[in-house]
Amino acid sequence: MPELTYREAVRDTLATAMRQDSDVFLMGEDIAEMGGSMGVTHGLVDEFGPERVRNTPISEIAIVGAGIGAAMQGMRPVVEIMYEDFLTLSTEQIVNQAAKHRYMSGGQLKVPLTIRTQGGAGWSPGAQHAQQLEAWFVHIPGLKVIFPSTPTDVRGMLWSAIYDDNPVIVFEHRLLYPVKEDVPEKLEPILFGEARVVREGEDVTVIATGPMVHRSLEAAEEAGRNGVSVEVIDPRSLQPLDEETLVTSVKKTNRCVVTHEAVTRMGFGAEVASVIQYQAFDWLDAPIERVGAKFAPLAFAPVMEQFLIPDSEDVLEGIYRTVGRKRNGD
Amino acid sequence: MAKVEAKKKGLSDERLRDFLREMLLIRRFEEKVEERFKAGELPGFLHVAIGQEAVAVGVCAALEEDDVIASTHRAHGHTLARGTSPNAVMAELYGKLEGCSHGYGGSMHLYDVERGNLGANAVVGGGLPAITGAALAFKFRKEPRVALAFFGDGATNIGTFHESMNLAQLWNVPAVFCLENNWWAESTPNSQHSPITDFTQRAVAYGMHSIKVGGQEVEPVYDAASEAIDHARRGDGPVLLVVDTYRLVGHYVGDPQVYRPKGELQKLRETQDPITKLRGRLGLSDEEWEQLDGEVTREVEESVEFAKNGTDPAPEDALKNVYA
Repeated sequence: MPELTYREAVRDTLATAMRQDSDVFLMGEDIAEMGGSMGVTHGLVDEFGPERVRNTPISEIAIVGAGIGAAMQGMRPVVEIMYEDFLTLSTEQIVNQAAKHRYMSGGQLKVPLTIRTQGGAGWSPGAQHAQQLEAWFVHIPGLKVIFPSTPTDVRGMLWSAIYDDNPVIVFEHRLLYPVKEDVPEKLEPILFGEARVVREGEDVTVIATGPMVHRSLEAAEEAGRNGVSVEVIDPRSLQPLDEETLVTSVKKTNRCVVTHEAVTRMGFGAEVASVIQYQAFDWLDAPIERVGAKFAPLAFAPVMEQFLIPDSEDVLEGIYRTVGRKRNGD
Repeated sequence: MAKVEAKKKGLSDERLRDFLREMLLIRRFEEKVEERFKAGELPGFLHVAIGQEAVAVGVCAALEEDDVIASTHRAHGHTLARGTSPNAVMAELYGKLEGCSHGYGGSMHLYDVERGNLGANAVVGGGLPAITGAALAFKFRKEPRVALAFFGDGATNIGTFHESMNLAQLWNVPAVFCLENNWWAESTPNSQHSPITDFTQRAVAYGMHSIKVGGQEVEPVYDAASEAIDHARRGDGPVLLVVDTYRLVGHYVGDPQVYRPKGELQKLRETQDPITKLRGRLGLSDEEWEQLDGEVTREVEESVEFAKNGTDPAPEDALKNVYA
């Protein structure tokens, strides 16, 4: 089994798709010679040329919009929005156009467009380069939204995104790019709507996305040392959402913590908490805990940034609250 | 910029009569739509393009079958001129399954993908980026096709216009940006929304070829559109096609037009009606005119009957077509 970083896994999927399918091409800012601001597409222009690995102007509206137009003609464009903060610029095209052409046409059109983007705090980029905006797009019927947390998942799910006949937004996370993992020899597609039980446990279910999956695993180890058995589940695809796996787990553990790096208020976790309370109300032994960023823009000074975003300690505290313990295990 | 004068190079009278028929059909269709809307039969709200028929007909006639268009919130004429039947458009306005968007779209979202209509867009300028992308796909696949976006003067002030123009020229894709300049952005006149009156200047910034033509006579519109479309199809790059025209009605059906100078509308109607102009150009006798008018009026009446007898979607059909 080859070992790939998350970054290499994304690149591997893009290259594999482009090798087998002339309808797949890439557009984005600085993605050719520079390989993208995160180095994800490094080297692809050498193999596929500048027609298929297209550097664009700084035009987020046109990047997404041209992707929509090419997709409506049956191509499978993969566009990169350098930072998910810049999705705000293309939101009209994503929300009003990509998400709705199929619907408004009464089923005449398909928009097989993949939008890759990344973000995430933890390196002091300030308030406009690290927001987590996935919840905005989960709210829009017509879009699919995925947030893979491991090399294997991003490799298989990006493949499914490229070959999905709907617009898919792929949220990557800057801090995940160097994460390494043994991945299957052959690229295996991973279907959307299937959550992954990352770690089994008996007492508390932690539902985590993106980097919080890894932080939750750390918290789970620590909780385990204190006699609390934690199950960690990564939904992986936020829309469609595998409600069944989440609910089944909570019916087993009777306690639930939902965590993401985005701000807690109106975050993706609010929807998950609602799903759980409605479908597993009688099984719950404690209020559902939500662990996310505090309600402020991301600050620059590292000490302030770290204060705002959730870490494994915050998840651990959430876990302990559900079992009625203080942080020291009393 | 190339200025296209009315070239007498050769549209036959027969072809021009076809154009007249199409323009009159659009006119009678939109008048009927206004009437049925005011009678309370049509849901939502409507924008008609009375006065702009020569643009829709002249431009669409210059397109080939495999070409594609994106339209605007003022879409009835473009859609009819692109070949969608009055029945299918009217049924859409009545929210019926037989409509060209099967009841999911309405007046501002008329689609007919089979006839190359990728959709009317209710967001001003919303369709331009996708037209750029469709043209990119044609270039990728080396298909001799052209993608054309209709939009109004109001759209020249929004980012989609500028980003699309820039990208289309940069990548030399076979797109035509057809600016249907009716001098009004809803109720806001050109003088309040744009620092220029000659919109071909917008193309200069992108190094794009532009063509300007008056939009009240269909023949020069057709010639200018043909030149623009041929230019794009040859691989010589995108074109900004500016068609100066007049909206001889309000922004929406029922608009009291308090913003119009008194008497302006009446004067424009008397001097700038494209159908009157073409009728005069062809020298139609009263008899010929009445016969033609009778034919298209019947066709429109039949479309209303067709629409009224159409199938209502089931409420739960609203959950279909969200995903492919």
